[in-house]
Amino acid sequence: MNTVAQTFKETARRMTRDLRHRSWIQSALGKYYVGRDEKKARFQNWQEARQAAAEIKWDAVNHLDKHLEEFVSKIEARGTKVFWASTGQQACDYIVNVAKKHRVRSIVKSKAMTGEEIHLAQALEKSGVEVVETDLGEYIVQLREEAPYHIVFPAMHLTRHEISDLFNKKLGSAPTDSPEELTMIARRTLRKKYCAADMGISGANFAVAETGMISLTTNEGNGRLSTSLPRIHVALIGIEKVLPTLDDLALFLPMLATAGAAQAVSCYNTFIAGPRQEGEPDGPNEFHVVLLDNGRTRLLADAEQRDTLHCIRCGACLNVCPIYKNIGGHTYGTTYMGPIGSVLTPHLRGLAEWKHLSFASSLCGACSEACPVKIDLHHHLLQNRRNAIRCKSPWWEKLIFKGFVILMNYPLLYRLGVKFGWLGQKFHGLVKGTRLDPMIAWTQSREAPPLALKTFKDYWRGRKS
Amino acid sequence: MSEREQILGRIREALRVAAPKPGLLSGPGQRVPAHEKRPTDFRPWLPAVGDSFDERAALFAKNSAELKTDFQLVANRNELQEKLLALAHAEGWKKIATHAGELTNYAFAVLGLAVVQTGGRYNLDELESSDAGITECDALVAQTGSVVVTTRSAGGRALSVLPPHHVVLARRDQLLRDLPAAFTALKQRYGSGYPSMMCLITGPSRTGDIERILVLGAHGPKKLTIFCM
Amino acid sequence: MKISLFIPCFIDACYPQVGISMVKVLERLGHQVDYPEDFTCCGQPAFNSGYWDEARAVAEKVLAMYRNAEIIVGVSGSCGAMMMTFYKELFHSTPLEAEAKAHAAKVWEFSDFLVTKLGVTDVGAKFPAKVTFHDGCHGLREVGLKKQPRALLAKVQGLELVEMDAAESCCGFGGTFSVKFPMISTAMGEVKCDSALKTSADYIVSCDSSCLMHIQGLADRQKKPLRTMHLAEVLAKQ
Repeated sequence: MNTVAQTFKETARRMTRDLRHRSWIQSALGKYYVGRDEKKARFQNWQEARQAAAEIKWDAVNHLDKHLEEFVSKIEARGTKVFWASTGQQACDYIVNVAKKHRVRSIVKSKAMTGEEIHLAQALEKSGVEVVETDLGEYIVQLREEAPYHIVFPAMHLTRHEISDLFNKKLGSAPTDSPEELTMIARRTLRKKYCAADMGISGANFAVAETGMISLTTNEGNGRLSTSLPRIHVALIGIEKVLPTLDDLALFLPMLATAGAAQAVSCYNTFIAGPRQEGEPDGPNEFHVVLLDNGRTRLLADAEQRDTLHCIRCGACLNVCPIYKNIGGHTYGTTYMGPIGSVLTPHLRGLAEWKHLSFASSLCGACSEACPVKIDLHHHLLQNRRNAIRCKSPWWEKLIFKGFVILMNYPLLYRLGVKFGWLGQKFHGLVKGTRLDPMIAWTQSREAPPLALKTFKDYWRGRKS
Repeated sequence: MSEREQILGRIREALRVAAPKPGLLSGPGQRVPAHEKRPTDFRPWLPAVGDSFDERAALFAKNSAELKTDFQLVANRNELQEKLLALAHAEGWKKIATHAGELTNYAFAVLGLAVVQTGGRYNLDELESSDAGITECDALVAQTGSVVVTTRSAGGRALSVLPPHHVVLARRDQLLRDLPAAFTALKQRYGSGYPSMMCLITGPSRTGDIERILVLGAHGPKKLTIFCM
Repeated sequence: MKISLFIPCFIDACYPQVGISMVKVLERLGHQVDYPEDFTCCGQPAFNSGYWDEARAVAEKVLAMYRNAEIIVGVSGSCGAMMMTFYKELFHSTPLEAEAKAHAAKVWEFSDFLVTKLGVTDVGAKFPAKVTFHDGCHGLREVGLKKQPRALLAKVQGLELVEMDAAESCCGFGGTFSVKFPMISTAMGEVKCDSALKTSADYIVSCDSSCLMHIQGLADRQKKPLRTMHLAEVLAKQ
């Protein structure tokens, strides 16, 4: 087993035994379920809306070249500089160079998973620029020097006391147990950063081809401030983010908010169509859009799993995933965690090293059911498993399944096997729970079901005679 | 070959194999018939909104209450004046920020306070230290309780988000039914040249990042007041 | 109506009374049942582990075995889902694709068959106990079992159904997942046991013996006072 998989297993073992973590996450998400169901019920037909959203995304992704070209020509026409990046490194280099050219000293960054994906903040910091995350949750995890715990709620795993201690240590603020006071401490600190920043960095939730705009969703207003005050704005966008028309947002904005945050619509949905235009009083003088491939075209080439590129990063699949809820967001060791991360990461970082994520699922399908754009997530986990086995599988496991086929395809052998099993289990007690126990993976935490002396097949034969 | 051509080339190469249509593998509870062509009218599925002004206003008020937006219908300019003065007095406003517009000009005249105008270039610190930002808007959306602002209708990008209190002055004919209507209105108004920023503001700034507990005024305004005349 | 049964391998070997109960109920309702004795397994363990070629080798036999069946009724939501949903994926773009589809259309899960196909909810069962129902994931999301088992339970004399929190949450079994990642699987099972315990029900009932095997195995080890019973067993009680 590779080290990444080993680390995953070890961390998972530790996290699943952490009962405080378990109850914390269950209760944190409890409120989300209630709100989400209430907001979903307001839709006249949620399932129809999902199907429509899936079809629109399908259209967008399956005509990606056309939509991207339209988006770029429209947004360039309004003075935006567009840079195409095949790799994360190219995107980082470009943005670092823009910062250098404009003598940028400080940057405010609105939450962007693409930034996490390519380690943009680290690249900029290395070049000597200060980068401040402005989403409150991101700011908290940045101060803690750790990765986000969740795509949408980065600091969900922390208590107010831990955050108070952190602010006390890093910002020198007085300890408090009020979330409101803690938020105000961050507000005051970050206000100064916004006003002083030379550059704002954002992602985009959608890129509208028809009108050449990016759509940016935040609740806190950090997306607005980061793109209004600094003199340069850089948006780092995955190429799959395009939506064909502006009207499509009328469907996607409420679906994103409902699925992602149990809101009817998020607080600020901002559509940016370029740098400051003639006659406008404020806004950046320069607006750069960096279009990021970084493995996305590879995933696009996998027609079977192409719908993974429909993802709108709402986090709904994480919120319902029993694996995520038990092991927590950090255990994955990936940028995108939860079911979408388990499907996506092998495509972005390689199947050999990341296949264990596809096996670490009970395939319950709660993710596919929650996905507002109907990505067949648990089917893709199965396909990743198949692909992983095709590439490389342990000899003993191959042998087991060869044996499985023989056993199941020769009913007599199967019956004999069951009888042998019945005999064998009489002696199981001798080794149960020891290293010699062939069923140790099961019996270390669970009792094994006894094999019946009289099977159903025996019953049926008895009935006939 | 440029990076652009390389990426587009890879995309075209990838798309030579067709992907299965969405929804084919959905479980029975989630299955709905696929559409012939991708849908463009979402109204039948989105939350329903009544068509009359009263229904729209009632829904907007209900959404506002949920969002903690202060929404007030005002009959005429006199009532607007009264309410503005009461608000300024209650909150102890000393300096406001606004932009040129029919309603905003009126508001700034009746308030008689120090003012930062964001029509042209302005001082950022002055705006930041204003007690309220008063703007007009493009539309109100009943379905979601949202205000639509743009750089053109609301005095630039920062005015509606930097001061701690955002006050919106709207006319009743601006109260639209739903999001599809809002996007149609934006297209009609700006189709030939969009402002560099348009925004759908839905309630005062908020966060739930600490223990999923709602706190207003994370970075943007702590209060949002809408007067609809 | 002539009904061909499918009895999953682990029910045959570990829980024969579940299969027997299904036979009893169907016969009580006046149906003739048939059982292809050569049926062993649907192939799901191999399929879920990524061994699709091996799964196909087993599934091909299953298709052949039931080729002439009129209607196929099984006593597991999970194995039912394998045949109804995943066979189509397994045989996609193979010569047997059409046959897999035809087969899928004939397969019914037991409770769905009773309620949806036969329109029966009262099977004349009597079981004075307080039970809670666990929605097995495959049954719930692939087959669409939600109201059917509850409709049947509602008509069982003396039975009281109490819903648990997160009845739709996975029990953590997940086939080979349970032995590949036992720590995660166990944690999920603990969450499930806790919410069942809170209802103070006498039994956890489900349409899937595999979930129940996991829940019971865990409860026994942790000495939790939980008993499990398959829906078919409840319906066979008189």
